[in-house]
Amino acid sequence: MPIGDSIPFTGIRWDDMLFVALAATLLVSALLVVTLRDIIRCGLALIVSFAALAGIYALLGDPLVAAAQVLVYIGAISVLILFAIMMTQTKNAPTRLVFQTQTWFAGVAALVIAGVITVTVLATTWPATGSRVVTVTTDVAHRLFSDFVLPFEVVSVLLTAAVVGAVYLARRESARHEEDRS
Amino acid sequence: MSNSLDSYLILSGLLFAIGVFGFLARRNAISMLMSIELMINAVNLSILAFGAFVPQLRTNAAVIALLIIAVAAAEATVGLAIVIAIFRNKKTPLVDEYDSMRE
Repeated sequence: MPIGDSIPFTGIRWDDMLFVALAATLLVSALLVVTLRDIIRCGLALIVSFAALAGIYALLGDPLVAAAQVLVYIGAISVLILFAIMMTQTKNAPTRLVFQTQTWFAGVAALVIAGVITVTVLATTWPATGSRVVTVTTDVAHRLFSDFVLPFEVVSVLLTAAVVGAVYLARRESARHEEDRS
Repeated sequence: MSNSLDSYLILSGLLFAIGVFGFLARRNAISMLMSIELMINAVNLSILAFGAFVPQLRTNAAVIALLIIAVAAAEATVGLAIVIAIFRNKKTPLVDEYDSMRE
């Protein structure tokens, strides 16, 4: 059953309501990420913020990037972060101080950045802004494998180097010593 | 509201500011890495917002966002490996106790 362009009886457009809901979810969960005491809950809030951001990408008309966000961020990076949290969690960690002593300065700096960005965005008239249009995935694929093929290959080399480097760094010390001896 | 570039850019600016706060204020190294992820996501959101509203940038923005996601994955891998390697030596994830280079 097709639904209309706006919510019945209120006149609010579905897109606006979705944007407000997703933006509120995103900001609240991001604030939870930086303020919660228990770091494993921070990791779970991070997953919620990634999911809300994927929704906003879909709302912006980029289904491919939204799918990549779900696959890479929610599927891979979140799991990696949760594993790292479980490996580095000490018994007394949640009961100790969460913030540095410079928290007030950090808060002021963040508020200044938010204010400056907001004022700049509102004061600038952006050139050539059309209305929102869905990005066709076929066009993205053509662009990725014609104009951007060199960055694509560089990224593949970078990912290989990152994986090899991460395995070397996170390997147990004893294994590294034995290899040095032999 | 969902059809203006400004609202997306302001949302991305607020998300970036939250990430800056977390990076400067948290003591746990993994919390700082999570804040970096928030900042990368904010930048990605602004790139995609420009791509959706400026017709000349439409497909370029999606391609650049995909490349950024891949680079962010590499950064998260190496960053977490470094945190785990330091944790093996120091037995703490708190960054203000990493002071051996100060002495």
